[in-house]
Amino acid sequence: MALIEAKKLFKSYGAIRAVNDVSFAVNRGEVVGFLGPNGAGKSTTMKLLTGHLRADSGQAVVAGFDVAEEPVLAKKHLGYSPEGAPAYGEMTVREFLRFAADLRGLSDPAEKVKNTLELCRLTSVAAQNIDTLSKGYRMRVGFAQAVIHDPDVLILDEPTDGLDPNQKFEVRRILKDMAARKAVIVSTHILEEVGELCTRVIVIAQGGIRCDESREKFLQRGTDLNQVFRQLTA
Amino acid sequence: MSDTTTPVSPSNSFAAFGAIFRREFAGYFRTPLAYVFLAVFNAFAISLAFFVGNLYESGIASLDRFFLYHPWLWAFLAPAAGARLWAEERRQGTLELLLTWPVTVWQTALGKFLAAWAFLACALLMTLPIAFTVGWLGSPDWGVILSGYLGSLLCAGACLGIAAIASSLTRSQVIAFVTGFLACFLLVLVGYGVLDELLSGALSSGTVDEIRRLGLWRNLEPFTLGLLDARPAAYFLSVAFAGLGLSTLIVERR
Repeated sequence: MALIEAKKLFKSYGAIRAVNDVSFAVNRGEVVGFLGPNGAGKSTTMKLLTGHLRADSGQAVVAGFDVAEEPVLAKKHLGYSPEGAPAYGEMTVREFLRFAADLRGLSDPAEKVKNTLELCRLTSVAAQNIDTLSKGYRMRVGFAQAVIHDPDVLILDEPTDGLDPNQKFEVRRILKDMAARKAVIVSTHILEEVGELCTRVIVIAQGGIRCDESREKFLQRGTDLNQVFRQLTA
Repeated sequence: MSDTTTPVSPSNSFAAFGAIFRREFAGYFRTPLAYVFLAVFNAFAISLAFFVGNLYESGIASLDRFFLYHPWLWAFLAPAAGARLWAEERRQGTLELLLTWPVTVWQTALGKFLAAWAFLACALLMTLPIAFTVGWLGSPDWGVILSGYLGSLLCAGACLGIAAIASSLTRSQVIAFVTGFLACFLLVLVGYGVLDELLSGALSSGTVDEIRRLGLWRNLEPFTLGLLDARPAAYFLSVAFAGLGLSTLIVERR
């Protein structure tokens, strides 16, 4: 069973069609790289899959549950980190993760918080207010709240955006460790991430899918990925 | 259908509501603003009662001159406390998190609203020394005082309902505060002589009387006299929960 299914999704903002007939399915063990220029519809597609936005038509299904019809059940199987990894800045990292655990009704929340802090290498800053953290740590906090319940489905909107090479490596390492057990969608501008992290690539431009293929096939399109990207999204 | 997915914890609406309530309530005390708020509320509530209402000079062991100014105070301070309800979530981007966590918008809205109301209740409870002072100086009717406090708390809820709508419409706390304050201020003015005179020129006396019933003071006054009438209580609760409902719909239909 596919853990993520987008079925003929459409979404417009006024006269602008942000998502135009998008369909795909993601199975467990797949890490899908969502590529596309700014404003291509990547984030909007993710927001439709996570239930943050309602589609004008079409269906988004997470772990077998229709996101519009059974949102709470779908969201229980979902971990999502929006662009910029928003969090309550006035809370400490530990308080914020505890809040996420309590809100999800997790059993043994203190243990889950401890394990997640260790997994995301946040233990050293657990008592710090999120506002005071560097961008790299804040991105990891966003990632931590998305994985605290060990979800089947992980949707991450630009999780490595603005990070330095060491921080990017760290986020990718954590993601790779857990990817085999999950269906993952990662949006990114960084083409090198395709080779390092993804098993499959979906390129989106002007709201529609321009290419949906395995990493190997995508990499065979050319040695200059920037050139490939420009051709696909032109 | 989902036989291959990882088992998840069963839905526990109360746990989610409790988590939101605790975070919101504690959130007020995370910044110095809460303490400033409590101090301002107390300073104004007591100063207005003594220096404008002449509570001491009246020689009557009653708090009706204290409660008289509460609609003004709540019209200003409930929007100040309620401005952050949704506007801050929008500004920080955390609304996107809340709306993608397994909790309904209604659970979130109720948790937030009741936490804000509980915070306003704390401000009100801190004025209790004035009641004890009156009790020390004379022999007040404690039932009437209790009824006054209940009315004031309900009035605070009504102003908070209006503040919730204002907060759901913007990402700016300042705009949320100003619009919430103006709407509450209008409800304070309704029933006062100046507005009545203005309305009387344009509307029939029956209509003016109906409008007057919508004023905050008109509905708080019976409580301060110890008259426990269902109508003013229903008025305050209707405004509070209509505000809660409307603001939730606005957030849900973003």
